[in-house]
Amino acid sequence: MENIIIEVKELNTYFDESHILKDVYLDIPRNAVTSLIGPSGCGKSTFLRTLNRMNDVIPTFKKEGTTLLDGKEIYDHDVDVVDLRKRVGMVFQKPNPFPKSIFENVAYGLRVHGNNDKKDLERRVEASLKEAALWDEVKDKLDDSAMGLSGGQQQRLCIARTMAVEPEVILMDEPCSALDPISTTKIEDLIHKLKNEFTIIIVTHNMQQATRVSKYTAFFLHGEIVEKGLTDKIFIEPEDKRTEDYITGRFG
Amino acid sequence: MISMPRIISPHHAQKIMNVVLWGVGFLAIVILIIIIGYILYNGLPQFSLEFIFGNPVGSGESGGIWPMIVSTFYVTFIALIVATPLGVLAAIWLAEYAGESNLVKAIRFAAETLASIPSIVFGLFGLTFFVVFLQMGFSVLSGGLTLALMAIPTILRTAEVSIEAVPQSYKEGSLALGASKWQTIYRVVIPAAIPGITTGIILGMARAIEETAAILYTVGAALAIPMSIWDPARPLPLHLYILATEGVSLPNAYGTAAVLVLIILIITISTNYLVEKYTKKMMGR
Ligand SMILES: Nc1ncnc2c1ncn2[C@@H]1O[C@H](COP(=O)(O)OP(=O)(O)OP(=O)(O)O)[C@@H](O)[C@H]1O
Ligand SMILES: [Mg+2]
Repeated sequence: MENIIIEVKELNTYFDESHILKDVYLDIPRNAVTSLIGPSGCGKSTFLRTLNRMNDVIPTFKKEGTTLLDGKEIYDHDVDVVDLRKRVGMVFQKPNPFPKSIFENVAYGLRVHGNNDKKDLERRVEASLKEAALWDEVKDKLDDSAMGLSGGQQQRLCIARTMAVEPEVILMDEPCSALDPISTTKIEDLIHKLKNEFTIIIVTHNMQQATRVSKYTAFFLHGEIVEKGLTDKIFIEPEDKRTEDYITGRFG
Repeated sequence: MISMPRIISPHHAQKIMNVVLWGVGFLAIVILIIIIGYILYNGLPQFSLEFIFGNPVGSGESGGIWPMIVSTFYVTFIALIVATPLGVLAAIWLAEYAGESNLVKAIRFAAETLASIPSIVFGLFGLTFFVVFLQMGFSVLSGGLTLALMAIPTILRTAEVSIEAVPQSYKEGSLALGASKWQTIYRVVIPAAIPGITTGIILGMARAIEETAAILYTVGAALAIPMSIWDPARPLPLHLYILATEGVSLPNAYGTAAVLVLIILIITISTNYLVEKYTKKMMGR
C-alpha cells in the first residue's frame, strides 16, 4: 500500500440545506500530484477548501465525516487552524498577490508566523522565488509592488508565497485558468519540479493538463466521486461510462 | 429584438450627456475658483509678518492672528487624535466583525443621522456636557471634543466603505497562509484601505477646522495663545465670525478667511499627493 497523507472517508458537506459533497471517499498519496476533474458546480472547490478549512469562514457550511491529515482529524477541536493552513497551503484560481512589494508578498507567511529575522527572511524569500522559477525575473525589483507583475508572474509569486511557509500539501484551484499558454506551461513545469517534495492536489478543467501533471485523478460528478485512480488508467480505459463521456468531451 | 421608436440615437444621447457632465463639472470648478479667488483677492493684501505672527490689538481691529492660528491647530489636533482611533476602530468592527444584526443596523443609522445633525446642536451638546457637566469649562479640550464628535461619523463611514471595498481574495490569500483574522486585518486589509481611510480623516478634519457653530459655545473666545488644553481659545473661524458680525474689521475678516482657506488648501493638496504616492507604491504604477 502507498504512503497516504490525506484520508477522506464518508465526507458530506452542506451549505445550509443544500447537500454538496455526498459520501466522498478519497485517499491522497504523499508527494505526488492528484488532479480533481469534473463539470462546473460538482464540488471540486468545496472539496479542496474543506482540506484547509477555508470553508469555515462561510457561516452556512456544515461538514460530516472523516478528514485525516497524517492520521489526525483536521476538524478536531484541538486542531489549530493556523497550524493546519501552514501545513496545507492554497493557490487560488485568480492570482491574488497582496498590494505589497514582491519581497513582502513572499515574506508574508513567515512574518505572520513570527519570523522577523531580516537575514533569514531574505534567504527564504530568495529560495522560494527560485523554487517557483521567478527569481531571475524579479531579483532586481523585489521592492516593487507585486501588482505590477504579469498575471503569470503573479501566479508564480503566489506559489512562491505558499512554498515559503514550507507546507506539506499544496492545494491548487484551477491555477492556470486565468493565464496564457506560456505561463500555463511554466506553472506545469513548476508542478513537475515540486511533485517529489510536496503533495499537490490540483483542480483543473483542462484534460490535457490533468494527464500532463498528475499521477492520480479523481472524477467528481454532482458532489460524488464517480471514478478515481491512476491518471493513465482513467484516461485510457475508464471504467464508468460517465467518466468516459466527460473526458472525451461528450458532456453538457 | 423589437426595436423601440427612439427620439434620439444612443450615439447622440452619449454626446449630449458628455457635454452636460463636462459642463456641470466645469461649472463646479469655476464656482470654486471664484469663491477662493475672491477671498484671496480681498484677504491677501492684509498679509504681513505682523498679521500672521502678531497678537491682536483690541478685539482684532488691528494687529495679528497668531493666537487664532495656534488655537485652530490645537483644537483640530485634539479633535483628530480622539476621532481617528474611535472612528477607524468602529469602522473595522462594523466592516469585519459585526455581521448584520439589528444592533449593527441601529449603529449605522445613528452614525448617518449624526453626520447630518446641524453643528449648532453639537455646540449646545458640548456646552451642556463637556463645559458644564464634566466641568471642563470653555476650553480647547471642550471645543476639541465637541469637534471630535462631529468628525467621528464622517471618518467612520468613509473608513467602513473603504475597508469593505478591499477584495475578498486578499483576505483569503492571507488566511490560507495561516494568518489569523486580526493579522489579516492589520497586515492586509488596513494597508489596502489606507487611502480611503486617510481621505475620511481629511474630510473629518476639514469639517472640524472650519467649524464655527460647534465651538461657539465650547471654546470661549480668548484672544491670548492657549497654553494648555484647559485654556479658552479662539480658532480662526470663530475669530472671523466675530470680526465680521460685530463689525470689528472687514479687511481683517478677509485676511483671516484667506489664512483659513490657505491652511485647508495646503492640507488637502499635500495629503492628496501623499495618498497618491502611497497608492502608486502599493499598486505598482
Ligand atoms: N458559499 C456558498 N454558499 C452556498 N453555496 C455554495 C457556496 N459555495 C459554493 N456553493 C455551491 O456548491 C456547489 C459546488 O460548488 P464548487 O465551487 O465546489 O464547484 P466547482 O466544482 O469548484 O465548480 P467550478 O468548476 O465552476 O469551479 C455549487 O452548486 C455552488 O453553487
Ligand atoms: Mg471551483
